[in-house]
Amino acid sequence: MALTKADLAESLFNELGLNKREAKEFVELFFEKIRAALVNGEQVKLSGFGNFGLRHKNPRPGRNPKTGEEIPITARRVVTFRASHKLKERVERNARLNADRVASVDKANKQAEVNA
Amino acid sequence: MTKSELITALAATQPQLDYRDVELAVKELLEQMSAALASGERIEVRGFGSFSLHYRPPRIGRNPKTGAAVHVPDKFVPHFKPGKELRERVDSAPR
Repeated sequence: MALTKADLAESLFNELGLNKREAKEFVELFFEKIRAALVNGEQVKLSGFGNFGLRHKNPRPGRNPKTGEEIPITARRVVTFRASHKLKERVERNARLNADRVASVDKANKQAEVNA
Repeated sequence: MTKSELITALAATQPQLDYRDVELAVKELLEQMSAALASGERIEVRGFGSFSLHYRPPRIGRNPKTGAAVHVPDKFVPHFKPGKELRERVDSAPR
């Protein structure tokens, strides 16, 4: 299950007591402000989470992978995201905890089979 | 735009909330998003984009100073894929 705008609005309702309409509107505006800054050519730096930046891509030849047909890829501006060290560390730490848990459950299951 | 500038911009549009509430709300949203990714869950925001984790297999890296080979363990890194609306608006904006 993925986290959605509805889940985010729900957390503002539960944790901060915004009413449902305010919460929904706030989540919408939160993403719109970030989008608008990027459209404006501005980098967005959210300390502890990550940075959204912009990159200019030069035109390059491309190919339709299905037909092999050559199609030019036009120059464009794209959004990039770099997660902060804090977020990367948090993801890593949890991945490791989960891996250990999976491994220990595996071990317990095998032991149970041996005992049976 | 920094986090505090984002909070100020949002507070200006939400006169019924005081600055402190807006600050807490922004922190809450970022916390929920971080917690979701840390637990291996994806984030999907229509019109903005999606965040997911990408697996990086273990590899042999090199210390760029000494050239010594070092084992780099496998890991998961957060990845963002811009959504259609964001992609189109960013690309079509005048520069």
